[in-house]
Amino acid sequence: MSIDTRRAPSPPPAPAGGRITLRQNLRDSLVVAKRNLLRMLRIPETVVFGLIQPIMFVVLFAYVFGGSISIPGAGLSASAYREFLMGGIFAQTVTFATAGAAAGIAEDMQKGIIDRFRSLPMARGAVLTGRTFADLAQTAVILVVLAVVAFLVGWRIHDGPLSALAAFGLLLLLGYAFTWIGALIGLSVRTPEAATSGGLVWLFPLTFISVAFVPSENMPGWLQPVAEWNPFSATVLAVRDLFGNLPPDYRAPDVWPMQHPALASVLWSVLIIAIFRTLAVRKYQRATG
Amino acid sequence: MPGAIYAEGLVKTFGDVRALDGVDFDVPEGTVLGLLGPNGAGKTTAVRVLTTLLRADSGRAEVAGLDVATQPNEVRRAIGLSGQFAAVDDYLTGRENLQMVGQLYQLPAREAKARAGDLLERFNLADAGDRTARTYSGGMRRRLDLAASLVVSPPVMFMDEPTTGLDPHNRQALWELIKELVAGGTTLLLTTQYLEEADHLADTIAVVDHGQVIARGTSDELKTRSGGDVIELVVHDRERIPEAQDILRRLGEGEPGLVAHTRRLTVPATGGAKLLAEVIRELDGRAIEIDDIGLRRPTLDDVFISLTGHSAEFDELNGAGNGNGGRDGGRDDGREKPPRGPDPGRPDPGSPGPGRTGEGPVRDDGREGGAA
Ligand SMILES: Nc1ncnc2c1ncn2[C@@H]1O[C@H](COP(=O)(O)OP(=O)(O)OP(=O)(O)O)[C@@H](O)[C@H]1O
Ligand SMILES: [Mg+2]
Repeated sequence: MSIDTRRAPSPPPAPAGGRITLRQNLRDSLVVAKRNLLRMLRIPETVVFGLIQPIMFVVLFAYVFGGSISIPGAGLSASAYREFLMGGIFAQTVTFATAGAAAGIAEDMQKGIIDRFRSLPMARGAVLTGRTFADLAQTAVILVVLAVVAFLVGWRIHDGPLSALAAFGLLLLLGYAFTWIGALIGLSVRTPEAATSGGLVWLFPLTFISVAFVPSENMPGWLQPVAEWNPFSATVLAVRDLFGNLPPDYRAPDVWPMQHPALASVLWSVLIIAIFRTLAVRKYQRATG
Repeated sequence: MPGAIYAEGLVKTFGDVRALDGVDFDVPEGTVLGLLGPNGAGKTTAVRVLTTLLRADSGRAEVAGLDVATQPNEVRRAIGLSGQFAAVDDYLTGRENLQMVGQLYQLPAREAKARAGDLLERFNLADAGDRTARTYSGGMRRRLDLAASLVVSPPVMFMDEPTTGLDPHNRQALWELIKELVAGGTTLLLTTQYLEEADHLADTIAVVDHGQVIARGTSDELKTRSGGDVIELVVHDRERIPEAQDILRRLGEGEPGLVAHTRRLTVPATGGAKLLAEVIRELDGRAIEIDDIGLRRPTLDDVFISLTGHSAEFDELNGAGNGNGGRDGGRDDGREKPPRGPDPGRPDPGSPGPGRTGEGPVRDDGREGGAA
């Protein structure tokens, strides 16, 4: 093979310079997101493993612990617990996107492709934003599959499609916020392996010391405020409420985020995005020059 | 007015290593600068600073009249980069890679797509265009990366060892392409380890070593400084090397260089074939057996020997150069430097006793270390 130099197409001129607009930022991010989605399609293992864990959790909690955890307003009822549980599993699942984002970005930073991106006149941060967009799409797919599995073990939507959509919206927003934490982790470690562990380890205490699996009323007194102010708990309670999965006599703990879970969920997610996106973009720029 | 690529006093350190130690150059528009230097010289670091991938500790650089430190994004619109290691996405096809790069150069999607198709054809990757890049051979990846650097036709191009890994045919084709680009007004900075390549493509050559430009000029100027043709011979018997060296010192036009472990001696010889015959007669007269002898054009290594007094690759070499490298041996910058060539006439420290093959501390860049 040779490089045929006779057919030289006249290359398009580089567009005129100028500041990078929000529009370009969005466009570049979508280009990078497409690239990451193509990669995910070609390495489907990661999506498959992303599904196995939440499905395992559904089965374990529903059938192993189910009958032994009491729900305020419903007592020790396995079927009530299964309904109660799903909000927690959904929320925990979306936060696992953190590890995927962390590993993906750590890998990109290690590979030569990052030099290509950095030598192009693209929006700063689009490499990271594109990755978080792709993870958001992946999270949405995983949520759909998980909802089907949950349906099979007896979980139901009781409050109509609109509030169910709002619940999925809150979950996706939380998952999206957590991918920015993942982005920062991915930029802070040297290998994708470290990024995966770094993206996961703290999720377990965070999701367990919350109202996800056990009502805070069942926890020792000193732990209750931690669980109730946990950003994660607000989303869990909000989606339970929106899906109509709370027992009729359920009374939320008397703290602000538990009394206004949907609003608290949105505020927490927005706050996380604001903080971690800023830190990650700044770190990306510093790490690369 | 500074040229299309302009650098002034660039310094970049990595811990103790001064990868760039005050580099200057000025490349007029539409010309090619060849950066020539051994492993670890600082070529890639220079390219990375100029392409905004790395921020210099001090110094100033402009590309297409734009400051790389303060106007990185404007610089990126004006450059194309093909780095030392192919920067392509393994899980994307060749076409998807090029399309993505086109879109990130802000071409409309349709134009990026058309351009990707053209480039695949042009780089003879059309057949492989819809396979993921991880199935590509080394040379194909290299070509895909080069294609990516040409998605738009930027006024300034950087190519870091562009022909490494290309077969002779593709290398030739790339040379043609480069000439075509330059004829069209592109300014190019290219790094290479091969004098021949720099010779062929570059208008000016800057020889880099230890982060400094130790010589610059056209290839003819450099070759003249390195003494033109070179006689190279391999002595059969290790013990006879000093005698052979004496002969070369007497007949040749400079201090002979030695690569101890291959028993290879070189000496500048502008006298050409006549001098070669003389050397052979003399060696024969003393019954010094040789495995190989010949006259050849100077190589990068010869340029290095004459400029620095040490070989690009082998520091056990004891050729004393004219030492005009501009490096002062007494400077303490924390970086280990190989010793400069010994004074002519001083006993040769690298002179091999039987079995000595010049082992020593090997630095990370593969060169043998010595105290500064
Ligand atoms: N990121 C880094 N961290 C630490 N040291 C570095 C880094 N990059 C380069 N160096 C050091 O800087 C020096 C110059 O490296 P550079 O890659 O510029 O050399 P080069 O001339 O391109 O060599 P080669 O021909 O092997 O590609 C080397 O000693 C190298 O070890
Ligand atoms: Mg290099």
